Amino acid sequence: MHDKIDPTFSDHAALSLDGALQLLQQSGHELPDRSSAPDAWLQAVIDGLCELSSRDPLTGLANRRHFELTLASEVDRVARAGEPALVLMIDIDHFKRVNDAHGHQAGDLVLRAVGVALSECIRPMDTVARFGGEEFAMILPNCAPSYGQTVAERIRTHVAARGIPIGGGHEVTVTVSIGGAFAPQWVRSSALLWVERADQQLYRAKSEGRNRACLEQPMVSLVSAEEKGLLFGTSTFAELE
Amino acid sequence: MAAIDKSGAKAKILAVTSGKGGVGKTFFSANLAAALARHGERVLVLDADLGLANLDVVLNLHPKITLHDVFTGKAMLEEAILPAPGGFSVLLAGSGLVEYSRLTPQVREQLVEIIDRLAPRFDRILLDTGAGISDVVLHAISLADDVLVIATPEPTSMTDAYATIKLLATQQGRRTIRIVVNQVSVAGEGRTIRNQLQLVVDRFVCPHLNAGNSAAVSLDLQGEIPTDPAVREAVQRRALLLDKLPGSPAARAVVSIAGRMAAA
Repeated sequence: MHDKIDPTFSDHAALSLDGALQLLQQSGHELPDRSSAPDAWLQAVIDGLCELSSRDPLTGLANRRHFELTLASEVDRVARAGEPALVLMIDIDHFKRVNDAHGHQAGDLVLRAVGVALSECIRPMDTVARFGGEEFAMILPNCAPSYGQTVAERIRTHVAARGIPIGGGHEVTVTVSIGGAFAPQWVRSSALLWVERADQQLYRAKSEGRNRACLEQPMVSLVSAEEKGLLFGTSTFAELE
Repeated sequence: MAAIDKSGAKAKILAVTSGKGGVGKTFFSANLAAALARHGERVLVLDADLGLANLDVVLNLHPKITLHDVFTGKAMLEEAILPAPGGFSVLLAGSGLVEYSRLTPQVREQLVEIIDRLAPRFDRILLDTGAGISDVVLHAISLADDVLVIATPEPTSMTDAYATIKLLATQQGRRTIRIVVNQVSVAGEGRTIRNQLQLVVDRFVCPHLNAGNSAAVSLDLQGEIPTDPAVREAVQRRALLLDKLPGSPAARAVVSIAGRMAAA
């Protein structure tokens, strides 16, 4: 494969990479030795840039761009495989008060700490992202509707239990409001619509007093247990699952 | 045997749907179209999976103009109709048109108009619908004279097929629904599955339908297609099974389903 590449393409010295290298250095990204394996080095530069453009610099979580990409592929997977998946929108309550009372640096520390707390709540297959401002978002594939509320509550209490040091010996705690919506297994939804539905639930959580998790009630299944029982000639469908 | 060319004649429109994705719906639509074309029918397959089309992948087509361009006024309908390898025509939606996954009145009208314009030019139009039962899928089905539900013996596929049938009977007043069972491992399994579906429909769906003379829903088994490695091979070669492996059991099953359909 490599001998097909135009030799001038491999001439890294001719590329202007100063800006890219500066960005990588600033983010603490380590690169392999440039002289020993030039192609591997260039690949590492590109990988590093991809990584940078999918991360939120402050919290290190996935950024909104990465979240939307992941969500779009999840929409299709759900429609075809019929697996339940949950999207959560998570917003820090009264975040402005932290900024006003303790300054923006404290605000940044709070955002980071909440990011860490959220990361501690997820499985490897889940995605947690900083959506913007003090709003975070999560995609939880293969999350059964019966577990949704429990999962959201666990996240909410985990964040609330965390004391966040903000310097000068001070510590604050924050709460979050959570809105969630399941991808309807029967309906090919759009990524935008899915987030909108979760956002509506977040709005509900906020207006019902904050520090709570509101999930959209999943659609009543079209097929009852009795119908499944008769369809498969068993008394309960549970035996098949 | 079909020389349906009377003036004023309109295509029979058949929606092919499944509930669950990945049961071979698009594979079936494409090969059924090719088999019907051999009976002399002018067949069009319309990719009604507007959110995410893959008929082009199955047929190895690389369309420059799609339904999306027609919808947006960038191209004429005629330009979007492509000849497919099996002697039939296709109208592709174009991939990734997520905006169509929501059934706006505009999308609704455009689909109706396009199907109206196509109907006089073909003998049969197959609507290859998307996975799941979105409102777009239900709307596309509502434009069809007949609906065919394809299922496999897997419990999830059967459950989804049943839910689809239930919706079609209750919401669209369908009283006859065609059934094809794909990936059958034992001959006769298709009949067993159809009977089981019919039993549940009779018990749970029919009692809730508007009474009168047509509270019965009949599931018409069109045929069963055996599990056949030839299908996978054709899909991987991005070719029609009927062209590449015409003697395979699955190809013969599709041909016989088409034969009965063309004769009816």
